[in-house]
Amino acid sequence: MDISKDIEKIKNFSTEVKKNILEMAFTAGASSSHFGGALSIVEIISFLFSHKMKIKKNNPNWIDRDRFILSKGHACLAYYAALCEVGYITKEQIKTFEKDDSDLLGHPVINRKLGIDFSNGSLGMGLSLGIGVAIALKKNKKENNIFVILGDGECNEGSVWEAAMAAPNLNLSNLYAIIDNNNFQQTGSNKEIMNTDSLYKKWSSFGWETKEVDGHDIEKLCKIFEESEQSPKPKAIIAKTIKGKGFSFSENNNNWHHAVLSKTLYEQAKKELI
Amino acid sequence: MIINERNIKVWSTIGSRATFGIAALELAKEVDNLMVLTCDVSTSAGLDRYRKIYPDKYLDLGIAEQNLIGVAAGLASEGFNVITTTFAPFQTIRCCEQIKVNIGYMKQKICMVGIASGLTLGNLGFTHCCIEDVGILRTIPGITIISPSDSLETVKALEAAIKSDKSIYIRLTGSSNNPIVNDKDYTFEIGKSIKLREGKDLTIFCAGAMVYNCLEAAKILSEKNISCSVVNMHTIKPIDKDAIKKASEKSKLIVSVEEHNIIGGLGSAIAEYKATLNNSPKQLIIGVDDIYSKGGSYKFLQEKHGLTPGKIVDNILQNLK
Repeated sequence: MDISKDIEKIKNFSTEVKKNILEMAFTAGASSSHFGGALSIVEIISFLFSHKMKIKKNNPNWIDRDRFILSKGHACLAYYAALCEVGYITKEQIKTFEKDDSDLLGHPVINRKLGIDFSNGSLGMGLSLGIGVAIALKKNKKENNIFVILGDGECNEGSVWEAAMAAPNLNLSNLYAIIDNNNFQQTGSNKEIMNTDSLYKKWSSFGWETKEVDGHDIEKLCKIFEESEQSPKPKAIIAKTIKGKGFSFSENNNNWHHAVLSKTLYEQAKKELI
Repeated sequence: MIINERNIKVWSTIGSRATFGIAALELAKEVDNLMVLTCDVSTSAGLDRYRKIYPDKYLDLGIAEQNLIGVAAGLASEGFNVITTTFAPFQTIRCCEQIKVNIGYMKQKICMVGIASGLTLGNLGFTHCCIEDVGILRTIPGITIISPSDSLETVKALEAAIKSDKSIYIRLTGSSNNPIVNDKDYTFEIGKSIKLREGKDLTIFCAGAMVYNCLEAAKILSEKNISCSVVNMHTIKPIDKDAIKKASEKSKLIVSVEEHNIIGGLGSAIAEYKATLNNSPKQLIIGVDDIYSKGGSYKFLQEKHGLTPGKIVDNILQNLK
């Protein structure tokens, strides 16, 4: 099957997502934004929202939609940017990012009208929520999937492993955990702070259908998700990514975990996008 | 559920935990979307029959309370009516932040049942006692807290919690052979306290297993010509402000008695409101005096922490001087 058109569509979507991220990060000004960890999931979230997930553009509350949980809630720049491209959030609304009384804070707050299904931000909680949703959908005889994005730093949290242990026991074939493995966390590399070693081995040994993939390669993302689909187990996708991906100044530079995007760098980034 | 003299006696004998299991079993017959979630405590929570009869409405998540709350919230977000239960410290403090984010902040409706709260499990030590749950949960917006006075009230509270659209924590105290406070059917309304005894000198507000002890204390005091009102403050949050206001207008002394730390619980909730009233009387807060004591039997710990009828009387008499 020729998927080149799909890939092109996802690529275009991800370019727009990056543009939206730049707008929001710049708008945030001195209050800073979690820039690096949002850029590492741009292709993944674009693949999900423009291609993989069953959603309805005119109805964020569509009962038969696939569910999405951004467990690493600090990467919400990418989430809001994707929801904007889908059409749930307007270009005007994204400019309220982190402003007083905004619906778009630095971590997602449940708002079904805007397509934000859950509140997240405190790390290590999203996968448990996903399990609850996955059980509910199975009980209701729905065929939808649940996609949860976690960070590799987030995998320091013990609660992640409570959930990781439970999902295979519960035979949740409709649950996807996508681990953004960008090798960094807030104050250093994973190796410096808490060496998670092989996430593949860990998730695999917990009983997940586990795959590793270049998280920026859209073609490979399409392939790996398709390959996983038939497994009766819950799926763990270890996405090898680059923190701050897409801009020369931020790639693999952990100073961009949470930083201010200056006017100069904003202009430079826009040029790099073209 | 059928409420009659026989059932009230049976529930009292088996205690509030086992009564909870029976009540859940009855609720499962009527509530299609009910789910009961536990953490490897089905026997302790009286759910052995439930899990056999309703395996589709039951989920054991193993010894993992943080995951318990997240899974419960996920189910609730898809329209299930969820009860979670485990021992009170693990049901509340172990997963406190999950409760804050999923139930408080995200407003997913869940009924949490903390079994063996207070001092019941004193011979297992204070890891298994729970004198902090009310104080901690009271600071999370959006959670109602109920502490039933006996086994019948446990049934009433659970039924009300399932019908309610609010998240509720039901704090179960007492052991088997739980004394009967309510010997016949009555109207139970969340947030509305029940005056069990009328008196003119002072008012005792109490909750959970302490209600029976306070009624006994009031009898002893009446023999000493001290007339007490006793109010079953089964709902600790939201607190029944009207009842506190009325009591403050006519009582010489307000007393609160709880099987909980004196910081953060029923006494604090009453004091917080009472402090806003003009000319309100003094309040005597009886409970565990902010200490982890040596452990022992339930009776031993009630005695040690001044929660038996006799000790409550002594404390009140001291404060009336």
